[in-house]
Order: sequence, then structure tokens, then C-alpha cells
Amino acid sequence: MTGPLLEIEGLQKHFGGVVATDQVSLGVMRGEIHALIGPNGAGKTTLIAQISGSLAPDAGRILFGGADITRQPQHTRVAGGLARSYQITSIFKRFSVTQNLALAVQARSGTSFRFWQPVARETALEDEARAIAAQVGLGERVDAIAGSLAHAEQRSLEVGLALATNPKLLLLDEPMAGMGPDESQRMIGLIQALREKVSVLLVEHDMDAVFRLADRISVLVNGAIIATGTPDEIRVNPEVKRAYLGDEVSA
Amino acid sequence: MNRALVFGVLVLAVAFPLAMRSLDQVYYVTMASRFLIYALAATSLNLVLGYGGMISFGHAAFVGAGAYTASVMIVEGLPSAWLAWPLAMAVSGLLALAIGAISLRTRGVYFIMITLAFAQMIYYLTISMKAYGGDEGLTLTQRATVGFGLDLKDDITFYYVVLAILVAAVYLISRLVDARFGRVIQAIRENETRMEAIGYPAFRYKLAAFALAGALGGLAGALLANQNSYVNPGILHWTESGKLMIMVILGGVGQLYGGIIGAIGLLGLEELLANHKIGWLAAIYPNYQQHSLLAVGLALLAVVLYAPQGIAGLFSRRGRK
Ligand SMILES: Nc1ncnc2c1ncn2[C@@H]1O[C@H](COP(=O)(O)OP(=O)(O)OP(=O)(O)O)[C@@H](O)[C@H]1O
Ligand SMILES: [Mg+2]
Repeated sequence: MTGPLLEIEGLQKHFGGVVATDQVSLGVMRGEIHALIGPNGAGKTTLIAQISGSLAPDAGRILFGGADITRQPQHTRVAGGLARSYQITSIFKRFSVTQNLALAVQARSGTSFRFWQPVARETALEDEARAIAAQVGLGERVDAIAGSLAHAEQRSLEVGLALATNPKLLLLDEPMAGMGPDESQRMIGLIQALREKVSVLLVEHDMDAVFRLADRISVLVNGAIIATGTPDEIRVNPEVKRAYLGDEVSA
Repeated sequence: MNRALVFGVLVLAVAFPLAMRSLDQVYYVTMASRFLIYALAATSLNLVLGYGGMISFGHAAFVGAGAYTASVMIVEGLPSAWLAWPLAMAVSGLLALAIGAISLRTRGVYFIMITLAFAQMIYYLTISMKAYGGDEGLTLTQRATVGFGLDLKDDITFYYVVLAILVAAVYLISRLVDARFGRVIQAIRENETRMEAIGYPAFRYKLAAFALAGALGGLAGALLANQNSYVNPGILHWTESGKLMIMVILGGVGQLYGGIIGAIGLLGLEELLANHKIGWLAAIYPNYQQHSLLAVGLALLAVVLYAPQGIAGLFSRRGRK
């Protein structure tokens, strides 16, 4: 099946006087990596929050796989295959890497209203958690307490948590934030490898990553999409150059 | 905590009434029963406050609802514990479900205040129940009956029943916190936002924990009413909720034995200060018995400063290293 996996129509959100999302319409195709770029405070994170369901829009519609999910609670959206990661790392710091990921696996593996059997003995959860840890480059750190991981490792776990929900569409909010060049390369490799199975809406300031990964790019400025197109189209778009990219890309 | 230590304490708890009987000090058995009942109440609060991270300031409402349910059953001529105590749990559990369904939509200080407000409402409700004693309270003509040739009027038998219930409840909680449900509520305490983002309806799990804790609190209330053969609205007063919170903090927030240690510690301290003249202390400070609350405050301060995991945390840290 082709056609858009995610469709956003006329989404609107304001905080007091600030218009954070201004009539945003956007589509993410199946199998597409769609980058969302824009200056600080443009409203990228706010848009992710509305798509993932933690923030209710003032107006507009969100369709996922053709169904209207605008009023669906977040956990239902996750069960349906829509997961996000966070710009500011949000993991379970006192749990081990395996326990972190096993939590996300558990959420989609039957009911958690189980009061008697120790969850630590559910090897199926742990095995899957370890496989995901390996996938995001944490294979050697499965027993480490998440809070004790290095910054880049925590960022990998951050993305791993979203991945462990087994999503159809991943909303990644600056996955490379604060990563060194080597670590960024690894993350690019990971996202590249995901493209077979998962569609991605990628918010990222690292233009190298964006132009290497994205099938299409949308540019958000002051809450509004000012352009959507292929990397080549966006690179030469005069309005985008003026509002955001400047000399960054031509250099 | 170390298994051998737990087993040793349990053996002492079983032997305690026999030793007291041979010393002709059965008064202490009655006192110990009261300690164990509060241990159960504090343990049930620890499930929400400690493991679930929900700072409920109204737990006495559930204890009180259970106490009144069990008392009313006796007064109305249905003294069977097999009927009255499960009913007390059901009433308290449902009450917690209703209060939780509203309160758990709020966060932080609002949650503390709204649980407190609901509990005070129930407190005033019991005062207005003139048919069941109003603010005078309700005296029970007998204790509940359990069959099997056991007579709860006998203080030693009553003690063993309380001990068995406490052990069962702690075992239940120990299973629960290591099961899927327990991991979920502890993860919600740690990072509720992320739990939603990986697919958990956090509210439902919190509500279930809140209701379960309410039901266990109700059971403690039923035992307390029987122990005293009396119940009055004071059992629901907000100071009682505060006392349970102090027990949990003292004993260890989110520690399996925190409620027990805290209850015995606090009540033991109170008992010591109120009823036993401590010679050296009186020599330094003759009026100390009038200021027993100060001692409790100081103990709490010491715990918060030097043992943030409570007294139980001191043990488990030593055990692990
Ligand atoms: N909860 C909130 N309350 C009020 N204003 C908010 C809130 N969240 C975001 N904003 C405002 O909305 C605007 C968009 O913020 P947002 O975090 O979505 O930007 P962003 O594009 O993700 O920026 P960055 O690149 O720095 O992450 C900003 O002006 C911000 O101050
Ligand atoms: Mg952002």
C-alpha cells in the first residue's frame, strides 16, 4: 500500500499570544524519511508533541494510516505504531538499559495488569530488549544503569526506547543533539538501516545528516511550513535560504 | 533486606506473645498488635507513596472507612470476619477508586491537597452519622468472629491473626512490586511522561495501585476497630494521614519493610516517651514528656538528612555491599 502514512491538515496551536503551530499541513509517505528543519523556536517540538498525542491542537486534523487520530490518547497512538523520541533525553535513569527497553516491549506484549510472576523472569521481554540494545549500539552496555551512561549512549537509548515500541512511524526530535561526529555517523547509519521497515519524521539541526537521509524536507519558520521538497529543491529555495539555511548549505 | 534477618525477626514475632504470657505481661501483646496493624496501614500507604510516587495525604480515610465498615457489621449483628473484613476492603477500595479517579488527574501539590480535602470530607461524614455514634464514636460489644475454634477476644489469638495478615500482605506486595504491574508503577514514578510515550495509560495503573492500597488500608482499619472494640471519627482525621506518612518516610519510602519499620519506630518512640520515664533524659530536661512531638520531629529530621532511604534503606545498603 502506498500513499501517505501520516497526514496533517491545518494544524493550529498557540500558547497565549505565541502561535507555535500555524496552519501546518504535512504528509509523510510510507517508507519515507521526511526531515523537518527550522530555526530554534520554530515550533518543531510542539508539532511532534501534537502528532504523538501529548499536546492537543487547537484546530486541525491528524490522520494516521487514513484514520483520524486527532482525539486519540497517546498510548493508543503508540499501540497503533506512532512513537516519538525526545530532544531532551527522557529515559528511566534508575533502570538498567535492558529494563528500559523491556518496559517498551512489555507495553505491546499483553497486559501489564499482572501482579504475581516476576517480570525479571520473562526472558522473551529481555531477549527482545537486548536485541534492540544491540541495534542502537548499546549491546555492550545492557546491564548498565541508564543514568550512568555517557551522554551519547543515553541519546542512543532515547532512540532505542522509541524503536522498542515497534513503530510504523518514528518521530525523532533531534536524535543527534549533543553527539560527537563519530556518534552522529552511527546514528545516521541506524536511521538509514531503519528505512526498510519504518517511516521517519526527522527533526534535526545537523544539516549533513538531514541532506544525507531525507527523501523530502519541510521547513518550519514561526510555526508555519514555508517549503516542502526534495533536498535539491530545498537547497536552492530562495525563501528557505533567507529564513534558515543562509550560507550554511551553500558552503 | 537479608532473608536470614527477615526470618529471624519473624521467629521473634511469633515467639513474642508466648514470652510475654510467661512473664505475665500480656499488655505488651495488645500493644504489639496495635503496632502491627499500623505497620499494615503504613505498608499499604507505601505502595502508593513509595512505589507509585503518589503523595497521598488522605490515607486515613481508607483506614477509617474500613474501620467503620467492620464496626457497623458487628453492631448490626453480622460479626463474621469472613464477611466483614472483605467488605471493609471492598468499601475502602471503591472509595479509593472514586477519590483516585478525580485526584489522580492533578499533579504535585494539587494532588496532596485534593486527597487531603476528600479525606476531610469523609471525616465530617462520619461525624454526621448519628446512627453510628456521630462524633462520640461507636463502641463494639464484641470482636469479629473467625470460626475454627479461634476466639479473637483472646489478645494473643488476635495478635497472631494480625501477624498472619501482615505477613500475607507484605508477601503480596513483594510479589506485586517485582511483577509487571510493579515495574510499571515504579517506572511511572520515575518518568510518567515517557511511560505514556512508550504506550502506557499511566492513569489506569496509578488508579489501580491507589485502589489496592486503599483496600489494604481498609483491612488495617477493620483490624484496628476490632483491636480497640471502638471506633470514632478521630481515626479519619488528617493528623492520622500525616502520621502514616511520617511512618513511611521514617521507615523507608519505596522499601518493602519501610512501613513496618516506620510504624514500629514511631509508635515505639511515642510509647517510650509517654509511658516510661527515662531517668537520664528527665535529669537533663524534666519536661521532656510534654514535648514528645519534638522528639518525633527530630527523628524525622535525622532520617531525612542522614538516611533518605529511611531506616530500611540503611539495612539494604549494608546488605548489598
Ligand atoms: N508549553 C509551552 N508554553 C508556552 N510556550 C511554549 C510551550 N512550548 C513551546 N512554547 C513556545 O512555542 C514556540 C515553539 O517552541 P518549540 O519548542 O516547539 O520550538 P523548536 O522548533 O522545537 O525549537 P528548538 O530547535 O530550539 O528545539 C517557542 O516560542 C516556545 O517558546
Ligand atoms: Mg525542539
